[in-house]
Parts: sequence; structure tokens; C-alpha cells
Amino acid sequence: MIAYFGRRYTISASHRLHTDALSAEENRATYGKCNNPHGHGHNYVVEVLVAGAVDPETGMVINLVLLDELVHAQVIERFDHANLNLDPLFANRVPTTENLSREVFALLRDALPNGKLERVRVEETENNFFECNE
Amino acid sequence: MIFLTRRATFSASHYYWNPAWTEEKNKEVFGPCANRNGHGHNYTLEVTVAGEPDPVTGFVVDLKWLKSVIEREVLDAWDHRHLNLEVSEFAAVIPTTENIAIAAWKRLEPSVIQAGGARLSRVRIYETPEIFAEYRGEA
Repeated sequence: MIAYFGRRYTISASHRLHTDALSAEENRATYGKCNNPHGHGHNYVVEVLVAGAVDPETGMVINLVLLDELVHAQVIERFDHANLNLDPLFANRVPTTENLSREVFALLRDALPNGKLERVRVEETENNFFECNE
Repeated sequence: MIFLTRRATFSASHYYWNPAWTEEKNKEVFGPCANRNGHGHNYTLEVTVAGEPDPVTGFVVDLKWLKSVIEREVLDAWDHRHLNLEVSEFAAVIPTTENIAIAAWKRLEPSVIQAGGARLSRVRIYETPEIFAEYRGEA
């Protein structure tokens, strides 16, 4: 039977929403406070949902310990207590939470040892979140 | 199509153990969850049904009815119980979060089908605020 296993992780990171494609004024108009030159930060919650058959021997879709190791290696060590704008993944891309959720999905998709990555959800604050499933 | 979710909580104990394995292998795979004295959680169960709002009542289902089904079918059997030792479906199935989600679906689906109208769409079980499993009825 196909079931889904979900796990929530927290990363604290800073970012600034700014693109060189727009003028300084247009950046301020588009991104508002998020365009502050010195950046700002969030406690992001990254929710990872893995789909797969339940292993009859273990009762698991994926072993939590394996998933934790993978997410730590691919995502938490990379982004926690970091400035997202300085990560090469965001060299030419604004580190909006939309784009962060896409990058987290891509980092985890190919690294999963078994099961399939169903969805990544990134909560930027308690009131806004973004989901990526491809 | 509207999706309507009702949440409920229950507290239960369990352990993870595959009797076909050695003690060593159980501890290796399941870690602290293999402690045979068991441990417990405050589980949160989310039950989602899907359907069209009734033209007269505006309800997909009556929430009071859904609450009573969850209490009768799941909470009465599982709340303040040891899942491995006292709940029949886990006599030979390890009560992982995944298997608990599937078992909750099996307990709830007949009542939802019998009522007609909305269908059971998803069952999600939180073992802790950070760990959950869900089942959507897929084979």
C-alpha cells in the first residue's frame, strides 16, 4: 500500500529580495521591506513528504533516521544559519521562498534512497507557505 | 469539490518490533523505538472527507456526525491503550505511524461509505508535531 511520511525541519537563514533586472526604485516597489539592503531573516519550516509502499518488514515508507541524515546533508547544513543570497543556487535567482522550495525539492529528489519525493513545503512565517511538487 | 478536515487527539503507547528479527537487528533498525517497555505519544488524527456541499444544509458532512464516527471507530479503541498489546490490528503489524494511518482509514471508511455522499479522502496521523504519515486509500 502506498502511504506518505512527512517530517518537519527548521532552518534559520537570512535573505534579501532584489534583482538586478529592476531599478532600485522598482525593486523597492516590488519587494517592499524585503528589499532592505542589509537583508532580514526567518525561521523557515521545511516540510518533506515522501511517498512509497509500506515495507512489510519495517512498517515504514522510509526510515526516519535515513531521511534525517539526507535532509541534514542536503538542506540543513547548506542553508541553516546562512545568507541565502550568497548560495550559488541563488547567484542568478532571487531567494524568494517560492524559489527556495524549488531548490530544496531538487536537492532532495535525486538523493532519496527509496521512496519518492511527493512534495516540499516551506513555511516562511506562520502565515505564509509555499509548496513544490516537481 | 470541497475537502473538509476534522482533527482529534488520542494518547497511546507502542513499540517497534519485528518478531522475525534478532534483538540486535530490531535495535539497529528501530533504535529507541525498539525498547520493549514501550513509549507513548499524543497523536493527532486528521480526517479529511471530500464532497459537494449539500444544497439545503451547505454541509459536505455534518461535523457532529464525523466527530462521533472518529470517536466510536478510532478513539474508543485506541485512546489510552497500548497499541501493540491491546489493539487487534497491531497484533501482527508494527504500529508505525504509516501503519496507524492505514489502520485508521480502514476503521473509518465503512462508516463514511455507509453514510453516502462524501468520500474519505485522506487520513493523516501526527506522532509528534514534526512527524506525520498519511494514507489516501491507494493500493
